[in-house]
Amino acid sequence: MAVKVIIPTPLRSYAGKQASVELQAATVAEALSALTAKFGDLKKHLYSDDGCLRSFVNVYVNDEDIRYLQKDQTRLNEGDTVSIVPSIAGGSRR
Amino acid sequence: MASKTDIAAPKPATTAQPPLSLSKEEVLRYSRHLIMPEVGMDGQLKLKAAKVLCIGTGGLGAPLGQYLAAAGVGRIGLVDFDKVDLTNLQRQILFSTNDVNRPKIQAAAERLCGLNPDIQIDTFETMLTSANALDILKDYDIVVDGTDNFATRYLVNDACVLLGKPNVYGSIFRFEGQASVFGYSNGPCYRCLYPEPPPPGLVPSCAEGGVLGVLPGIVGSIQAAETLKLIIGKGEPLVGRLLLFDALSMKFRELKLRKNPDCPVCGARPTVTKLIDYSEFCGVRGEETSAPASTVPEITPRELKARLDRGDNLFILDVREPHEYQICNIGGYLIPLGDLSKRVNELDSSREIVAHCRSGKRSAEASEFLRQSGFRKVLNLKGGILAWSDEVDPSVPKY
Repeated sequence: MAVKVIIPTPLRSYAGKQASVELQAATVAEALSALTAKFGDLKKHLYSDDGCLRSFVNVYVNDEDIRYLQKDQTRLNEGDTVSIVPSIAGGSRR
Repeated sequence: MASKTDIAAPKPATTAQPPLSLSKEEVLRYSRHLIMPEVGMDGQLKLKAAKVLCIGTGGLGAPLGQYLAAAGVGRIGLVDFDKVDLTNLQRQILFSTNDVNRPKIQAAAERLCGLNPDIQIDTFETMLTSANALDILKDYDIVVDGTDNFATRYLVNDACVLLGKPNVYGSIFRFEGQASVFGYSNGPCYRCLYPEPPPPGLVPSCAEGGVLGVLPGIVGSIQAAETLKLIIGKGEPLVGRLLLFDALSMKFRELKLRKNPDCPVCGARPTVTKLIDYSEFCGVRGEETSAPASTVPEITPRELKARLDRGDNLFILDVREPHEYQICNIGGYLIPLGDLSKRVNELDSSREIVAHCRSGKRSAEASEFLRQSGFRKVLNLKGGILAWSDEVDPSVPKY
């Protein structure tokens, strides 16, 4: 399925400065795998050492959080938007 | 699926009995509210009775405080321990140039009182901590989070859940913003969305990543709007909704937020029943004591200057971004940190290399990478170009 993956600002420098990437994938897992295959530096920001999606990074298919769907096995439909939404806090150096 | 029917119809979030009337002057001041059926006299009296705590008087706090004061929120608490800095004035429009070096809370209170002398402004010139948060928050109806670090966000969230108060959330990064209302009307809290903070160093701050000055103005105004809606009990608040805003494309998107039944703070079986050590939770303390960068040999700016003056054959590597190089530079060879792994063959491993960036953090990473790649003679410039400006050449502008 052709899907669009939206790259949030804090991760754009690791994804060739792109705001979104078009990919072919049948599930969220495939989409993220294709994404990190294309942009290797993204991997450590999305995944911890044990291969799990980092808990401060949420992934949505269209407007639904995958945690409440089938997680990374969530199936994708043609034209779906996969959004990566990390936590941001602005401001301080602290 | 979270929908309007899943969340109880929001009731006004204030607790006090509204006052019985407005003065003649107040009627005139708020006339543009009063002539709208959505606000009217009822709504304005609710605003007058409302008590809102604004945590942070910076980028988000500036529009927030001003619009709440303008709207006639009867009691506004302000929490901020910081002093106004010149770099704040690019976005923190509550302050003027004359306020630089003044405590923010003083300048903010003055400005808001000037805008609306009829309201009560409480000031808390202190850092919000686990020791004082419950005490400070307890007297207010609504808390608005205008803070700038993860530890405080988790603190505010947890305190609001423990006290049963809505938490109007807004956050920003570069030109992107988020907004929501947590802990209200059986909706999710911040931890339902983000159970854990990012490890330090993985998400840059405004100081490191920059921010479009107007962005917190937009997001803070959204927070003000949400706060007013909660008070007057009208419209649909951002409960169970994460508003995402991208200023560059000027697009708003919305994602559904669900209450996590296993949330450690607001779930059915909470494990966090009192405030914790949030610095530890966010790993900040860990970063201070065991930064990997400390294993890289360092050179101070003065030492570097002395060696250059002596004629030592040093290769200065600048790992900042091109736009930073344009602000100021010390003639270094520019390879941005993100490109270093691809361009490392441009460097001569037989040379003694001094890596620098703005403050020494990125260059520490670069130095570590080079050493692991077999470069034997790499030094990290301690404190970066900022320290060079301080210690060696004040004509180099700091940024």
